[in-house]
Amino acid sequence: MDDQTNIRWPDAIFDHFKRVGVRQVGYVPDAGHSRLIKLCIEDADIADVVLTTEEEGIGLVAGAHLGGQRAALLMQSSGVGNCINMFSLIKNCGFPCLVLVTMRGEFDEFNPWQVPMGTITEPALKLADFLTYRVEQPEDVDEVVGAACDMAFDGNLAAAVLLSQRLIGRKRWTK
Amino acid sequence: MIERRAFVKQLLVDRGGLLVVCGLGSPTYDAAAAGDHPLNFYLWGAMGGAAMIGLGLALARPERRVAVLTGDGEALMGLGSLATIGVKQPKNLSIVVLDNGHYGETGMQASHTKGGADLVGVAKACAFREALEVSDMNSVARSRDLLHRGQGPILIDAKISSEDTPRVLPTRDGHAIKLRFMQALNA
Repeated sequence: MDDQTNIRWPDAIFDHFKRVGVRQVGYVPDAGHSRLIKLCIEDADIADVVLTTEEEGIGLVAGAHLGGQRAALLMQSSGVGNCINMFSLIKNCGFPCLVLVTMRGEFDEFNPWQVPMGTITEPALKLADFLTYRVEQPEDVDEVVGAACDMAFDGNLAAAVLLSQRLIGRKRWTK
Repeated sequence: MIERRAFVKQLLVDRGGLLVVCGLGSPTYDAAAAGDHPLNFYLWGAMGGAAMIGLGLALARPERRVAVLTGDGEALMGLGSLATIGVKQPKNLSIVVLDNGHYGETGMQASHTKGGADLVGVAKACAFREALEVSDMNSVARSRDLLHRGQGPILIDAKISSEDTPRVLPTRDGHAIKLRFMQALNA
């Protein structure tokens, strides 16, 4: 894996946010998304909304759309589980919903507590009527996220990109 | 104690361009009873989400006033969203909790506000600009003024009586509610 490509995949996602005019980004702090979160915070045209739990983000997305803005959500696979009932808002009203999911509990995972949710993240999203796209290689992030953005915002659909744990890399403990 | 229907009706009188997000259950029925309006976004589910829908809307439309009408049950379920709203400090967002201390939809079981949880205290601790309890109809004018002119984020905990009110049911079609709201907002 090319280190430069690996470093740049969050920038590729951010570039698509700017291309499609994302104005609100909801997130729960996450190591895998840390660079993308930083880019969003630093952008004056994007309202970065730090959430206490991922399901808050579903409400945020709905409110943003009602007000005429596009929003995206960043979360870890565990956060998908927190959203399940709130997804009914997306389906009942036909809101566009773009979710970027960093995967845990599926590859080179040191913490077994991440595995139960990590292994049902994609089927759970499908049950909730999300289109899902997995990315395994950093060089594929640009194309796949671009496609997911367009499916979500051009089609008023729910689309989730699963950024695989192999792509993100093993969690590194700093202490 | 406040009678909820009279309170909501007076709160929404001459509402102008006020955008109203109505939490599931009685707040949705109260808003519909006050007079159906295209700028009401009625919820029939997604419990806990009303305040966050209000935040997304308030951030998207800073030039408009946004009011969330919700119940104590939903406010308690979305307690974390008060912290999220406190961080963003939307000046144009108010949350009105119609607080009867009970879960009206499910048989009037006591809620945590009945058991001592203090939503005004929570909102203050979450850095809301204004957080106040109102418990009589004399405060409706002040509450209405806050919705239209107060500096948010604002939380009004309206202590309402818990008697049953007839259900007034707006449409349950989420697509229709959404499209009607957006068309009226962009008219």
